Amino acid sequence: MAREAMRGHKGWGQQWGSPEPRGEYDVIIIGAGGHGLATAYYLAKEHGVTNVAVLEKGWLGGGNTGRNTTIIRSNYLYDESAGLYDHAVKLWENLSQDLNYNVMYSPRGVMMLAHNVHDVQVFKRHIHANRLNGVDNEWLTPEQAKEYCPPLNISQTARYPVMGAALQRRGGTARHDAVAWGYARAASDRGVHIIQNCEVTGIRRGGNGQVTGVETSRGFIGAKKIGVVAAGNTSVVMQMADVRMPLESFPLQALVSEPVKPCFPCVVMSNTVHAYISQSDKGELVIGAGTDQYTSYSQTGGLHIIQHTLDAICEMFPMFTRMRMLRSWGGIVDVTPDRSPIIARTPVSGLYVNCGWGTGGFKATPGSGHVFAHTIANDNPHKINAGYTIERFNSGRLIDEAAAAAVAH
Amino acid sequence: MLLIHCPYCEEERPELEFRHAGEAHIARPADIASISDEDFAQYFFYRDNPKGLTFERWRHIHGCARFFNAVRDTVSDKFVTTYKTGEPKPDLAEAANENKPQAKKGRGSK
Amino acid sequence: MTTAGTNRIAGKGRLTPANTVRFTFDGKSYTGLEGDTLAAALIANDVHLVGRSFKYHRPRGILSAGPEEPSALVGVRRDAARQTPNIRATVQEIHDGLDAVSQNRWPSLAFDIGAVNDIGSPLFSAGFYYKTFMWPKVAWKHVYEPVIRNAAGLGTAPEEPDPDHYAGRYAHCDVLVIGGGAAGLSAALAAAESGAQVILCDEKPSFGGALWFEEEARLDGMDGYEWAQQTTDRLAVMDNVRVLSRTTAFGYYAQNFVGLVERVTDHLAAPEADMPRERLWQVRAKRVIIAAGAIERHMVFANNDRPGIMLAAAARTYLNHHGVAVGRKVGVYTANDSAYAAAIDLKKAGSDIPAIVDIRDNPDSVVVEEAKALGIRVLTGHAVTGAGGKLRVASMSVEPKNGGSAEVIPVDALLMSAGWTPSVHMFSQSRGKVAWDEESQRFLPGTYAQDCVSVGACNGTDGLAETVAEALDAGERAAKEARAKAKKSGVKIKTEGGGKWAGGMIGAGPGAGAGKVVKAFVDYQNDVTAKDIRLAVQEGMHSIEHVKRFTTNGMATDQGKLSNLHGLAIAAEALDRPIPKVGLTTFRPPYTPTTFGAIVNHARGKLFDPMRCTPMHASEEAAGAVFEDVGQWKRAWYYPRPGEDMHAAVNRECRTVREVAGMFDATTLGKIEVIGPDAAKFLDLLYTNPFMKLGVGKLRYGIMCREDGFIYDDGVVGRIAEDRFHVTTTTGGAPRVMNHMEDYLQTEFPDLKVWLTSTSEQWAVIAVQGPKSREIIAPFVEGIDLSSEAFPHMSMAEGKVCGVPARVFRMSFTGEAGFEINVPADYGRMVWDTLHEHGKPMGMCLYGTETMHVLRAEKGYIIVGQDTDGTVTPHDAGLSWAVGKKKTDFVGIRGLMRPDIVAKGRRQLVGLKVKDGRTVLEEGAQIVADPKQAVPMTMIGWVSSSYWSENCGRPIAMALVEDGFERMGDTLYVPMPDRVIEVEVTNTVFFDEEGGRLHG
Repeated sequence: MAREAMRGHKGWGQQWGSPEPRGEYDVIIIGAGGHGLATAYYLAKEHGVTNVAVLEKGWLGGGNTGRNTTIIRSNYLYDESAGLYDHAVKLWENLSQDLNYNVMYSPRGVMMLAHNVHDVQVFKRHIHANRLNGVDNEWLTPEQAKEYCPPLNISQTARYPVMGAALQRRGGTARHDAVAWGYARAASDRGVHIIQNCEVTGIRRGGNGQVTGVETSRGFIGAKKIGVVAAGNTSVVMQMADVRMPLESFPLQALVSEPVKPCFPCVVMSNTVHAYISQSDKGELVIGAGTDQYTSYSQTGGLHIIQHTLDAICEMFPMFTRMRMLRSWGGIVDVTPDRSPIIARTPVSGLYVNCGWGTGGFKATPGSGHVFAHTIANDNPHKINAGYTIERFNSGRLIDEAAAAAVAH
Repeated sequence: MLLIHCPYCEEERPELEFRHAGEAHIARPADIASISDEDFAQYFFYRDNPKGLTFERWRHIHGCARFFNAVRDTVSDKFVTTYKTGEPKPDLAEAANENKPQAKKGRGSK
Repeated sequence: MTTAGTNRIAGKGRLTPANTVRFTFDGKSYTGLEGDTLAAALIANDVHLVGRSFKYHRPRGILSAGPEEPSALVGVRRDAARQTPNIRATVQEIHDGLDAVSQNRWPSLAFDIGAVNDIGSPLFSAGFYYKTFMWPKVAWKHVYEPVIRNAAGLGTAPEEPDPDHYAGRYAHCDVLVIGGGAAGLSAALAAAESGAQVILCDEKPSFGGALWFEEEARLDGMDGYEWAQQTTDRLAVMDNVRVLSRTTAFGYYAQNFVGLVERVTDHLAAPEADMPRERLWQVRAKRVIIAAGAIERHMVFANNDRPGIMLAAAARTYLNHHGVAVGRKVGVYTANDSAYAAAIDLKKAGSDIPAIVDIRDNPDSVVVEEAKALGIRVLTGHAVTGAGGKLRVASMSVEPKNGGSAEVIPVDALLMSAGWTPSVHMFSQSRGKVAWDEESQRFLPGTYAQDCVSVGACNGTDGLAETVAEALDAGERAAKEARAKAKKSGVKIKTEGGGKWAGGMIGAGPGAGAGKVVKAFVDYQNDVTAKDIRLAVQEGMHSIEHVKRFTTNGMATDQGKLSNLHGLAIAAEALDRPIPKVGLTTFRPPYTPTTFGAIVNHARGKLFDPMRCTPMHASEEAAGAVFEDVGQWKRAWYYPRPGEDMHAAVNRECRTVREVAGMFDATTLGKIEVIGPDAAKFLDLLYTNPFMKLGVGKLRYGIMCREDGFIYDDGVVGRIAEDRFHVTTTTGGAPRVMNHMEDYLQTEFPDLKVWLTSTSEQWAVIAVQGPKSREIIAPFVEGIDLSSEAFPHMSMAEGKVCGVPARVFRMSFTGEAGFEINVPADYGRMVWDTLHEHGKPMGMCLYGTETMHVLRAEKGYIIVGQDTDGTVTPHDAGLSWAVGKKKTDFVGIRGLMRPDIVAKGRRQLVGLKVKDGRTVLEEGAQIVADPKQAVPMTMIGWVSSSYWSENCGRPIAMALVEDGFERMGDTLYVPMPDRVIEVEVTNTVFFDEEGGRLHG
């Protein structure tokens, strides 16, 4: 780095190329978000599959990867969830070194507030299950919670006083763009083609039903296997292969404040009052809002959603009313009926799908890519994602984090 | 905040008065007890989730409390039409044409 | 010279010299004039150095005279709790006692340690974070990140709760006009005179927009600014017009829903206590007219950030409005005509203009000639390639733009104009698509998405006459579109003068082009230079969104108002692609930073969320109840007596109910009246239980599922008449159950003749439970035979209690004989107090939700949401008896048949007996079969309810355990952090297993 500085940075090459598409690839990944790029990276790194293209209709990392509030945690209730998200956290811990790219994983702790007896019961259930699953998560009294996050209002006169909190110390944040760029660069270095501004318009299938490639805005590209990692647009892409999905897409908004000097040391989430907040390295308060109630692909949402979120933030942190919203934006999140993802083979031979992350996909990025790469390479799931099938909606074997926990991702 | 025309109240009211109620025209099978697991999953869990015009249900929960149907463009969030529960699906092509005036072009589009 | 600053020019400006204002900046006291912004007053006092930049901590001055200001950000404090960071000095009006401080510097503004980042800046190029600070691994968290965090950020967040309050209003109008310059005022006038309801807003304290500085503009024969004030006054008195100054339209949402924020008190020295600091307006407009104007761009050259270097039109504002000369020796560097006017104005006001450096070869217009006529040296085809000075600009280096020898010209201020960027922010926020106009090299409104129109400079309309004509037409047309009865406005406005906005350059100027290692700032606040943008492109950032994110160009508090276009042009040049191919980043709300407090406004404290209290709340409070939050309800949790903690109080309450009696407020339960000939048939479909044969006057416990077969709610259903049922729901489930029922009734079973009415708020419900319950209520009950024979368990009757109409249910959630008395809500407290007064001497106690929970757990009654979690079927909960075997249809019937639902291994609700007889299990604790296994352990269940049971003399618990029904008597284990607790699986009834007490 210092050497480059003295040379005026002339030596920095392109972080990823802009290759022309080949006629055919072993694997095509549709969607160059964090999950898709991670999938390509692990295909190359772990499975030696390098004849891979990642197709992106816009610019890489421009979907939910670049639009989320970057919270990382793994204190989920069910074994399947804890397994998947903790797999991701373990990868996060070494990701900067693995990619040789600083993704700024910052384990500053994620604290989830309990505001009523029901919350306390739910969080304790999580804490116990997490402990036996080897996932860190601990109970804090209101005073301990305030010590961990001094701006927190623990007054008993609050509308919904804080009754305690669950803290995962390994939870935290990472720099979202850096995750996409780091995976893109590392995948590109291993020979993966990342092709931006290349919209998939059709999925072509052979006589036996097996996929043969994709129609794109840059022509037909052949593929033996196709992995769809299109987040909010998954239903649309899967429809191209005549596969109907148990998904709905909703707008999800987030916002940042103007940057200020460090004033907020961790991540705080509250499901009962509906908000989550952290402070970025740049100094902005990063605040997640809820989804709008209707399905949409518009990447915008209503002001009342932002209002509701800020109501909650100012209730928990009354000194922030004088802070100002600098920027707000929206993403499209694809939600499954049980709020758990699908990482699986599909009824179409050679077609794989990784979707349904709802509002909480960022934290899983490395783990998601890792097990999805395994699933594609072996045409068989990794044991960590074996339960995340589409068929679970037929059998009833759901992984219902929403029902069991009533906790937002 | 969307502005929604309730076909029962026959007026536009703000979204806060309404509750979205999912995809429309998914009828509960009359013989639900005897359908297959796949059909049940399709009925209860699977959704079209279209990008573009969607048929959806709303309830005017803080108004007349009626459920009704709407056709909305999920890209622009604009409503094409709303209609009462039980009424047939409107002809989309027709509805879209009737309700979609030519987009106004500004000076930059000369 | 007045006392209000050495740079104040006598006879210039519109402020009143006598109206002086005292304020402080960095602890030093200054005098300004009423009507000054902080920036104007500081420049008047010859203070140009006001802040430090984000990354390099470079000294920064005042660049603009408006909300686009990226550099002059200060902290403003009224008192310890009222301090606000990152306030733009160019927007903040001064008032007596205003206390402003510079930011992002230590120890002082003039000597800032952080400025070493400037020297080390080759290390801190775009994206530098990503390439370094990775080794050793632990160092990021413990060393690098804290250092970076401390260096970043700008001002300091407030640390105390905000004592100010904020207000909110909703408004509807025919026409909302955003921006009150010549265009906005004309449009508003035309719309208003056409009869439309109009709202007109402008972010400045007074209307006029560019007329603040465009002295040569004349409308209706008068000075432009004066015309603006008269027009504002004319509009303000019209009944159909609302005029909002200091009001920014910050967000344009779907269907012409626009958020405005009005700043009410920040400009006042001593605001009245009842005034809100800011007010949010949420406006739904039939038509929106965007008249947002244009923003002048800076020139990109080396050291273009030295204090004293500013936008040309800003200097005109300071001179023509505030009467302040920004310098005595003022250089001008321009790529269009509009900067000439600044030079001319300053020259006429007595400043020396050493040179106008015009990058164009042959500028040909009246102002050029006028400047020359005033004796100003005009260097065409030249460029400024650098600025001297550090804390204040001292010179400019001027070269022929195609190379040649440089001349260093001493200046104490340097004005620049690269041209004007139309403010398409609101248009873009409305989801309109901007289009690149090749001829004028600017983005203009392209395809509209909503019922709005852009007029004036934001629409690329050049010239005053053209702007006014366009605006009048738009105003009249909007009125006509919004209102059928609109008339012709008849408004005509005569214009003279006014500058043209077209022309200019985008991108880096000479000397800052490719290959040049100079600090030519594109984004001032984020310290993004032209070189940084080229580096981003070199590293493969080929999308403007990547460039933006990699360099942070346009992501500062001004959100790229000055920098976006320059950044785009530099990236396009580096990519060798046309600008529209590289794209423009999307504009998102808010237009300028918007106070959280304003957005939240009234929704704070008690109004954060409505609080629901039962009619008996005050009596319960008087009786010493501690309350718990259950949804929006406040419910009495327990009633401690002096010296009792929760545990002791609950133990006493539990004992008293079983030994004597207790009274409980059950009002929060949801209640629905189901009426009609098909009411029984409807309930038969909605509940798993059969209801057709339920007798009149009888009660039945019902379970409701969704189609998936999981328990959704439960409650007791009473049949009042053949065609009338009284249904109860859980407290939290009331609205969703009502919605669920309405959904099926309206959309799936519309042929059923049934009507649903939520009666949750109509009834107060008082549960009297225990052996003496009958004795306690009997004296007050009329018209109901309470004897067990006439009124057995699970019966109901209508009659009177305490003289008021009542529905009395003989039912129990405690396992004791008991009654639930429903009376009209308004009588609830009277009946409660009467029964309490009577029952108390008999030994009856009041009990709260905690005791209710313990008593029901002693009987194995479930709480939906505690012992079920959305994955539990009636069968899992041991409630198969409540699922109608003979029914051919009910909601959930198919879901219950799914393979995984009928498979082995379901988690089933059982009781747990703690073997040591003392330990109360923790709710949520996990259960294993083998406590010695390694982590991750195989968990087979969890504790859903657990209490100390005073009545049983031991702890009791319920749990959901895999195949629990088959494990009766088995020993299982609850591993805790410090030990393993042994438990035995039992059934769920811990007290009075035969149930005899119910019938007593």
